[in-house]
Amino acid sequence: MTSSRLNQVYGWLLLLPAAVLLVAFTHYPTIRTLVDSTFSKSTATRPARFVGLDNYAMLLDDPVFWQVAVNNLIFALGTIPASIGLALVMALWVNGKLAGRGFLRLAYFTPTILPMVAVANIWLFFYTPGIGLIDQVLGLFGLPGRNWLGDSATVLPSLIVMTVWKEAGFFMIFYLAALQAIPPELKEAAMLEGAGRFTYLRRVLLPLLMPTTLFVLVNAVLNSFKLVDHLFILTKGGPNNASSLLLYYIYENAFSFFDTPYAATLTAVLLAVLALLAAGQFLILDKRVHYR
Amino acid sequence: MFIGLRKAARAAAVAALCGSVMSVPAMAKDVELTMYYPISVGGPLTKVIDDMVGEFQKENPGVKVNAIYAGNYDDTRIKALAALKSGQAAQLSVLFSIDAYELMEQDAILPFDDVVETDEDKAWLASFYPGLMENGVIDGKTWGIPFQRSTIVMYYNKDAFREVGLDPERPPQNWDEMVEMGKKLTKPDGSRWGVMIPSTGYAYWMFGALAKQNGEVLMSRDGKQVYYSNPGVVEALQFWRDLAVTHKVMPQGTIEWGTLRQNFLEGKTAMMWHSTGNLTAVKNDASFDFGVAMLPGNKEPGSPTGGGNFYIFKNTTPEERKAAMQLIKFMTAPERAAKWSIETGYMGVSPASYETEALKAYVKEFPPAAVARDQLQFATAELSTYETGRVRKLLDDAIQAVLTGSKQPKAALEEAQAQADRLLRSYR
Repeated sequence: MTSSRLNQVYGWLLLLPAAVLLVAFTHYPTIRTLVDSTFSKSTATRPARFVGLDNYAMLLDDPVFWQVAVNNLIFALGTIPASIGLALVMALWVNGKLAGRGFLRLAYFTPTILPMVAVANIWLFFYTPGIGLIDQVLGLFGLPGRNWLGDSATVLPSLIVMTVWKEAGFFMIFYLAALQAIPPELKEAAMLEGAGRFTYLRRVLLPLLMPTTLFVLVNAVLNSFKLVDHLFILTKGGPNNASSLLLYYIYENAFSFFDTPYAATLTAVLLAVLALLAAGQFLILDKRVHYR
Repeated sequence: MFIGLRKAARAAAVAALCGSVMSVPAMAKDVELTMYYPISVGGPLTKVIDDMVGEFQKENPGVKVNAIYAGNYDDTRIKALAALKSGQAAQLSVLFSIDAYELMEQDAILPFDDVVETDEDKAWLASFYPGLMENGVIDGKTWGIPFQRSTIVMYYNKDAFREVGLDPERPPQNWDEMVEMGKKLTKPDGSRWGVMIPSTGYAYWMFGALAKQNGEVLMSRDGKQVYYSNPGVVEALQFWRDLAVTHKVMPQGTIEWGTLRQNFLEGKTAMMWHSTGNLTAVKNDASFDFGVAMLPGNKEPGSPTGGGNFYIFKNTTPEERKAAMQLIKFMTAPERAAKWSIETGYMGVSPASYETEALKAYVKEFPPAAVARDQLQFATAELSTYETGRVRKLLDDAIQAVLTGSKQPKAALEEAQAQADRLLRSYR
């Protein structure tokens, strides 16, 4: 055996542990999901049989699926730009020289430390009509309260606000790290050239932060599809599916309705959407990002 | 170092081998039972269960019981079934009484008729309230034994009744009175509502009560047919909607199951419909004089039963089944049922439990504890069919659509009926 051959074997052996884990917990389940989505539901009395694309046809016919998909889109559009924008503003703010900076950073980061289920339990009481914090504050100003989570019009925005609150602090940390890596000479040079603070922000800071923004964006997009913990506590997808999201609907099908094939079908769709989004982000946006 | 490790590993392997060989005779005598159970109401109930299991083990030294608290009813069913599928041992569990069809279809459970042998056992099967057996008896066989069972009752704030000049000892007897009293109790600034009926989490359950009061049931006894679009059922949903929109005694939109008790305790509603399982928690936390009453009726009084049953899983050895039976008998024996009822507010599951000294004394001192029992004669089974998760969700969605004003009762229920028929057709 030549030494390069040997090296190759050696290399593969080094990769093996990671590869085994990846195949066992990522690739195999993905393929299994796709296979499962072409079978019918199995019960003791009726074993599963191959049904081809029937489950996908059922999905296209399922009004709840479409509603959930639209909800998820609104949820993504509501949470992603808002949480990234807020994170950037907070990072710029706590990056400056001000008294109590450490405390402020900690305060902004706190929501991230809390588990989502704990957060949802806290916000459940914020949103409770009448006795909730929000209604009590509104009451101080003589404004009427609302049934925030019990009204199809306000339930999704309520969840979006909570999610932005929860996520912004996490993204802020990345921006803060990136800001601190930017050499102060750049600012001095820009000021010498007569650039105002806004021009400096737009022409120097933001382009330099683009790699961070891409990273944060990828995370935010994933989270908007991945985060459903709060639904279990706050709304269970209701009222009438007004706050249900794709992943929660998958959970419902798999574990409340025991319809694993349909859950697999939904999962396949979710995977396709995520794959498309990831491809778009890396292939298109990546070209526009300036890496130093 | 490597040699040392290898030696240690070999020693461990030998020890394990010896251990397993030596423990075989012990295994034949001792039985280990794993039981999952849910808790869906407030209060430190896990401790009550742990105490009861501890007592059982003291009386039956040959049986070891692992009682695992697994969240609410849905979580528990998922965990128990996942454990079974992955080959982990679970011999019995407390699961939702309405999961029976699903568990049968998954071939997970065993009818108690296959386990009981003696006449004494058969008498034991007949010792529970028939109303509580309804959800557990299917095709003439008993699949579930009642344990943490409830009905819906009406909690009302006697202080609020006094404040507006109503007789605190006379809660509303029918829908009209509830509306009338509700109007008096509702404050125009929204700081107190007349009545709240929760519509998240278990909307179909609350609706089962309204439908029964209007003389209707939601499904056939064989679980293959639902009656969502019957005129009486539509009327019942219209009434629920009217409470908020026409009579303005209830807030609009859906009302959260989880925070309703807090609303009641803070005086934001003068009456609430809720599980009896909350009774002890309300009793401990209420800062005002409160009463508990049967739900008001319309054509007739009524409430569905609810809560959890004991099931024995199919994949068990005869010894395990026997031990599981012992445990279930112990947990549902009159004294334990009485203790459980006092600690939680859930019902005593047999007439005999209300004859125990403990529960007699408790009912005397705290009469609300008997309301659920007295209501039992008007009770009906909780919504439970084949494909029960989906069929139930259809009704939940229809109810919520109506309560949030996005659909009319008739249209919403007819739609749900059509979809449920499609799901159930293949079972008929």
